[in-house]
Amino acid sequence: MDFRIPIGTWVAAFVDWVKDNLDGLLDGIAFVFGFLVNGLTAGLLSVHFVAIIAIAALIAWLVRSWQLAIGTAVSLLLIVGMNLWVPAMQTMSLVLVATVVAVLIAVPLGIWSARNATVRALLKPVLDFMQTMPAFVYLIPAIVFFGIGVVPGMVATIIFALPPGVRLTELGIRGVDAETVEAGQAFGAKPGQILRGIQLPLAMPTIMAGINQVIMLALSMAVIAGMAGADGLGKMVVEAISTINIAKGVEAGLGVVLIAVFLDRVTAALGTPAENHASLLGIMARRREAQRRAAASAPVPDAVLQPA
Amino acid sequence: MGNGGNVSETALEARNIYKVFGRNPQQAVKRLKAGETRTEVQDAGTAAVIDAIFTVNRGEIFVIMGLSGSGKSTIIRMLNGLHDATAGSITIGGDAITGIPAGRLRDIRRDRVSMVFQHFALLPHRTVAANVAYPLELKGVGKTERLRKADEILALVGLEGWGDKLPSELSGGMQQRVGIARALAADTDILLMDEAFSALDPLIRREMQEQLVELQAKLQKTIVFITHDLNEAMFLGDRIAVMRDGRIVQIGTPEDILTDPANDYVEQFVQDVDRARVLTASNVMERPRPVVAESAGPRTALRQMRDAYMSATYVVGRDRKLVGIVTDRDAVKLVRKGESSLASILKPAPQVVDENEVLMNLFIPSVESPLPLAVTDAEGRLTGVIPRVTLLAALGPGPGATGELTLPLNPMPQAVIDEVLAEASSFTEAAAEATDPTVADTSAGTADTEEVR
Repeated sequence: MDFRIPIGTWVAAFVDWVKDNLDGLLDGIAFVFGFLVNGLTAGLLSVHFVAIIAIAALIAWLVRSWQLAIGTAVSLLLIVGMNLWVPAMQTMSLVLVATVVAVLIAVPLGIWSARNATVRALLKPVLDFMQTMPAFVYLIPAIVFFGIGVVPGMVATIIFALPPGVRLTELGIRGVDAETVEAGQAFGAKPGQILRGIQLPLAMPTIMAGINQVIMLALSMAVIAGMAGADGLGKMVVEAISTINIAKGVEAGLGVVLIAVFLDRVTAALGTPAENHASLLGIMARRREAQRRAAASAPVPDAVLQPA
Repeated sequence: MGNGGNVSETALEARNIYKVFGRNPQQAVKRLKAGETRTEVQDAGTAAVIDAIFTVNRGEIFVIMGLSGSGKSTIIRMLNGLHDATAGSITIGGDAITGIPAGRLRDIRRDRVSMVFQHFALLPHRTVAANVAYPLELKGVGKTERLRKADEILALVGLEGWGDKLPSELSGGMQQRVGIARALAADTDILLMDEAFSALDPLIRREMQEQLVELQAKLQKTIVFITHDLNEAMFLGDRIAVMRDGRIVQIGTPEDILTDPANDYVEQFVQDVDRARVLTASNVMERPRPVVAESAGPRTALRQMRDAYMSATYVVGRDRKLVGIVTDRDAVKLVRKGESSLASILKPAPQVVDENEVLMNLFIPSVESPLPLAVTDAEGRLTGVIPRVTLLAALGPGPGATGELTLPLNPMPQAVIDEVLAEASSFTEAAAEATDPTVADTSAGTADTEEVR
């Protein structure tokens, strides 16, 4: 009984075909991704770490609270203290670039599938496949296409991290109250106006939750990207595994966790700006509001008290 | 009620419209037209609206009423093309809105028809003012101009100074006022209101209904109002269409529907209606009785009162204009004095109501009136009277039980009247009355309490 469906062979043949015929495209992708990640890494490392920590803390304060700002500063200082600053910034750039690319693909796909049942039906199994296929498997064709380095790791990361972005965007848009969308239609809004003026703003918390998930998945891929030769904390973990170096492994792993917590808290806060009363942005908005209200109610003090 | 005026220009017309959801709508329509029922065509699709025909006149509130699943929400969404009609045609001010390209439909929605939603459907991320300005924004009005207009309209609905708030900071009633303001901002002739007040507390709902009537008196929009609440329909509607299972079963004024239901279904429906708020004085009033002309003498007046068992009578001038009342006691004095003009004993009528007044507002006047309540028309003519018994009977279900059960309002003792009349000459007549046993009985008890002020 040596009958066998040679799916693996077919895919391998397809990969070879792509490699042979779409070389220019692959080179282009490799160049752009490589340029983006390396450029961002170089940018982050060209500034003194104190400045980066200060900026990160300020971002945390702007979107969430001063407590998160302090936590951020302490975590990043701990990374510096473990002498992991350079690999940490390499991982950070990889994750950020992969996230941006994934979001740029995921959000339009999500919008499209929210508006089109056929697209939705076609996309669902594809997304399931992307998410459940063991992520290591992506590395094989990626390495064939792009060679060793940061790019195959990034491509594998993008493929693996993409699905929740698509799913949550679709869910968010379809979850917008039907009557509210009807209101837009009833007043004669064009589909594009409804998307921009009603659906996207109202779906934003869900979309942001999707982006948050994309970032988390991208970080979880850091180690796998390290296996493909991408510099950073992931590569250190891989080295630690191969040399059974507990100390190095724990430190690199802890670095990933600290970055993960920072990115998670910040992006989660971005999705729900109204709930973050202690954020700097929230405080500034309230102060402006109070000033305007004071200015507005001064001439007509009774205006606000009208109907109950 | 009673607004809308007499201009009956058609603002909106639906001709034989059908809406079927499901697999094979066209086939379902064909079969429905051939006489199959809604259940029989279920395999081809769900018929939400079947062969609806109606017109809405300019400036009227047209209410479409039915229980959930009767198709009323589908109908209203067909009127602005949110649902396209499976068959039939709809015109707004003469322009078809069925079977037209999407861009043209958007133009019509922007400029001709606006809508108020059951759950308000405000944009939660925009301020109240920005919500109201939304239709203007879609029309391409500049920012300062549209916010100025929004403030103006917010003042109209009583939300002055709330423009900077977010919708979530407002109560339900206030949010719906924003919804109405937004629809008004679009400045369309036609306003569609889909169960606009159903999500509100009863007290707020009442207040909003009254405010809508007030606004309508000011603005004279054409309003199509959907509701499942018959009382609301009766209160707001100039005309009401009652729907059942996708079909319109009756169209008529609130009084038509209440007093002349088209079938058992409508009749069952109207059983629960608060008649006191729907029926008007003119619906229940009776022929005025007793009533005498101003030029008649006190004897005629006395005879009238005696025949009606009343202690006073209404007096009308030329053109039947109500000029006042005359009591039996005063008339008796006059007869004894031998005077022949009622002018000296004429008193103003104690309570007079307009014939368009709803019964709700008649109870207090009725209690305070010693006579059956006088009902007059706009010119002050006495068109009828409402005895208390009639008022009570009118509140019950079924055809108005307006028998001859007028309450005797402490009439002058019969014997006294007879005596006076006898003295004055009309012997035969007085004798005939005195021998009537029933009259003698009723007057017996009060005969000894005779007292003439």
